[in-house]
Amino acid sequence: MTIDIHPLPARGSVRAAPNALERPSGVKGVFADWGSDQRSFKTASWGKTMMWIFLVSDTFIFSCFLISYMTVRMSTTVEWPHPSEIFALEFNGRKIPLILIAIMTFDLITSSGTMAMAVNFGYAKNRRMAAFLMVVTAFFGATFVGMQAFEWTKLIHEGVRPWGNPFGAAQFGSCFFMITGFHGFHVSVGVLFLLFIARNVWRGDYDFPEKRGFFTGRKGRYEIIEIMGLYWHFVDLVWVFIFALFYLW
Amino acid sequence: MIEGALDNGGKHMTATTEHARAHVSGHAASAARPAAQAHGQQHPIRVYLIVWVALFVLSTASYLVDYFDLHGLLRWFLIILFMWLKAGFIVAIFMHMAWERLALVFAILTPPGALAIFLGIMAVEGDYTKSDRQANFAPAAVETQSRAAAAETPMAQETAGKE
Repeated sequence: MTIDIHPLPARGSVRAAPNALERPSGVKGVFADWGSDQRSFKTASWGKTMMWIFLVSDTFIFSCFLISYMTVRMSTTVEWPHPSEIFALEFNGRKIPLILIAIMTFDLITSSGTMAMAVNFGYAKNRRMAAFLMVVTAFFGATFVGMQAFEWTKLIHEGVRPWGNPFGAAQFGSCFFMITGFHGFHVSVGVLFLLFIARNVWRGDYDFPEKRGFFTGRKGRYEIIEIMGLYWHFVDLVWVFIFALFYLW
Repeated sequence: MIEGALDNGGKHMTATTEHARAHVSGHAASAARPAAQAHGQQHPIRVYLIVWVALFVLSTASYLVDYFDLHGLLRWFLIILFMWLKAGFIVAIFMHMAWERLALVFAILTPPGALAIFLGIMAVEGDYTKSDRQANFAPAAVETQSRAAAAETPMAQETAGKE
């Protein structure tokens, strides 16, 4: 980038030539300096970078849940309940192990696929299609939350509590409710976020400057869909780990 | 808008301050649009479809591990293998990590590496807690354990003696 950058004064000469940089001073200077052209991520916008950084912090939160789950499961002397049997459903009198969780997994992967397509259509400036696919994604997300509510209801009726359950180690309940609850909360927020952005995309908020409003972002840019997509794919990513480590282990 | 102009800086090294200002000053929506499009993460739909199908196949495979009730080392190996493959596909393709610059990839993917150390510490801790519980809070376990260990350590003999 060849944007004119004034040469830095030699060390110690700042006091001698206070205006050498010709930059604003005081609080304004703080913002001017932090918002200057010195950036590490040359091709990723700040919006995308910040979403990634948020996702890193979220990774740490979910990792703390999963690691604490590992710790209590390793340290208990009581047998851990078998998820395969607990999450089985009966169809025509035949018990199919873990089938509900499998359906939820496929549901979330489907929504991830439609989200990826929405991002693609957004960049292709096909905003109706992008908005439609985002609504489809939100539908699958809401379905996922619905199935999770069903699962919670079933387990609570069977007597699973955060402090104990009839199947085995008492820690099972607290791990289950914390991990799936936090993930379900992420999905729920994602559904709302998706519907909101989909509405903006459908109206063409990102095309026409006069329609810009609250939370709308930049005109003519559909990167917001990609940023939204990062969040959604992350929710799917977390489920991959929960599915493997909590339900299959 | 300013990002639109700056993002392109990497590719179009000839961008001048005036050029960037034109973008900033508004009225430049049409000028910025092709730029944004050129920069955006747009890839052939085929790639997404392949990954989508792969995720379905891998999920089915990991479900079948449970369905066929595989046990032991094979079970853990398959579960972990499918988990990382799925995670890799999602991050690399769906989240576009494969097309980002390495600076961003490192900044995002290396910090979670610290979790491996945390994981290790807590595994040791969990193991220790379990042996402690078996020794002091689970009589049945103590019996079998101390019988096995009685000949080896004097401490176990002591515990067994107290029972």
